[in-house]
Amino acid sequence: MVHQYRLNGYNIVLDTCSGSVHVVDDAAYDIIALYKERSEDEIVSELLQKYRDCPDVTEEELRGCIADVRELEAAKKLFTPDTFEPLAFDFKNRSTVVKALCLHVAHTCNLNCSYCFASQGKYHGDRALMSYEVGKQALDFLIENSGTRVNLEVDFFGGEPLMNWDVVKKLVAYARTQEKTHNKKFRFTLTTNGMLLDDDVIEFANREMYNVVLSLDGRKEIHDRLRVDYAGNGSYDRIVPKFKKLVDSRGGKGYYIRGTFTHANPDFTKDVFHMADLGFDQLSMEPVVCAPSDPAALTKEDLPVVLEQYEILAKEMLKREKEGRGFTFYHYMIDLTGGPCIYKRISGCGSGTEYMAVTPWGDLYPCHQFVGEEAYKLGDIWHGVVNTAVRDEFKTCNAYARPECADCWAKLYCSGGCAANAYHASGSIRGVYEYGCELFRKRIECAIMIKAAQAEQA
Amino acid sequence: MKHIKTLETRDLNKSVKTGGCGECQTSCQSACKTSCGVANQPCENPNK
Repeated sequence: MVHQYRLNGYNIVLDTCSGSVHVVDDAAYDIIALYKERSEDEIVSELLQKYRDCPDVTEEELRGCIADVRELEAAKKLFTPDTFEPLAFDFKNRSTVVKALCLHVAHTCNLNCSYCFASQGKYHGDRALMSYEVGKQALDFLIENSGTRVNLEVDFFGGEPLMNWDVVKKLVAYARTQEKTHNKKFRFTLTTNGMLLDDDVIEFANREMYNVVLSLDGRKEIHDRLRVDYAGNGSYDRIVPKFKKLVDSRGGKGYYIRGTFTHANPDFTKDVFHMADLGFDQLSMEPVVCAPSDPAALTKEDLPVVLEQYEILAKEMLKREKEGRGFTFYHYMIDLTGGPCIYKRISGCGSGTEYMAVTPWGDLYPCHQFVGEEAYKLGDIWHGVVNTAVRDEFKTCNAYARPECADCWAKLYCSGGCAANAYHASGSIRGVYEYGCELFRKRIECAIMIKAAQAEQA
Repeated sequence: MKHIKTLETRDLNKSVKTGGCGECQTSCQSACKTSCGVANQPCENPNK
């Protein structure tokens, strides 16, 4: 499967099944588009006519280029057939281990953001804090069910996890005592709204947390519109200085300034650039996840605006990189040479099998976005996964599970997409959230264009 | 005249044999939390 597109002056050809990326001139772009439908003579004749005013485009050049295309095809770098589908069917029988947990240490929050997918941290349930005993059992469950995997990931998530900070610190300490005994390495992530950040939290987080995710929606007026406390006051002025202090003392360790954009700011690049102008350089900005009836929901009319914004973002990132003030954007981070293998690309995020969410009282769900959906409860941390039907449904939910994805060039970049998004959009984890697909495809196009531009400049 | 420039990429077909160790991060673990993409996940297999 081949995908061709033009962006920022580059003609780009993606060969989905080999993962190859080709940057081509106009004649080659046309040749590749015609290659499977016409004979060589027909292509040459058609393009000589099209480029009759271009002295560089001669019959010899065109035939040479067609030979190059043929060579790439023979080398399985272009028009590579899809031979991966049988691997996806084998996935049903594969044994999986758990390698990541999202610990919901606090189902409560000190902010009252109306767009929160977790309903202000409560996940449509009661407010609750995870006890140390439950957290410890969750870590033991992870160690026991992780087989020979060395790297284990644990997110401290909420609600707002800093509202249960002492338990977080004790759980990290406990996990560290288990690493040598079980030959494991824990990588912790803390996701916080920043309200309770203080010197103690900053020192501990910068020592122990592999990653820190700091929630900021961008410009003050955008951030303060929705990210308010229970008195209705915006949080921007209280958190930004704390985020700066944390990042400045992080010593180069990973972090994300992570925002959400909504119907109120489909021109979200202004917010991304604002984050960068504040001095942050590891950025992430996500489209809101909420019911279509929610006033924050992105609309059909927002879609072209958002798609254009992704292009603006990519171009500005290249410009700022040249000026020595570059930043990274989570969805544009793509490693063409050291990226994921085909198994990862087919199997996807691992929700429900390798990755699970743990509620404050120890129930297991396929991921944080399913918490509170009783039908998707997998079991608990004492008895393990007992709802094997749901687990198996997630196990086979992959890049080849949806008929809608069969002809999509992006399926090995998204693995069929987010199960939670699909469920919320269609009622089934095997459905498709087409709006999200459109955004995803544009992001990948932009990410690869950036790679093409960087290769040209190198 | 060179019409096609091929960027260096990981060969997915070859990774059928070398991949699948499972040491990589789960996809939406670290940042986005609300969508899935595997393209930005680094491979953690030292023998890839």
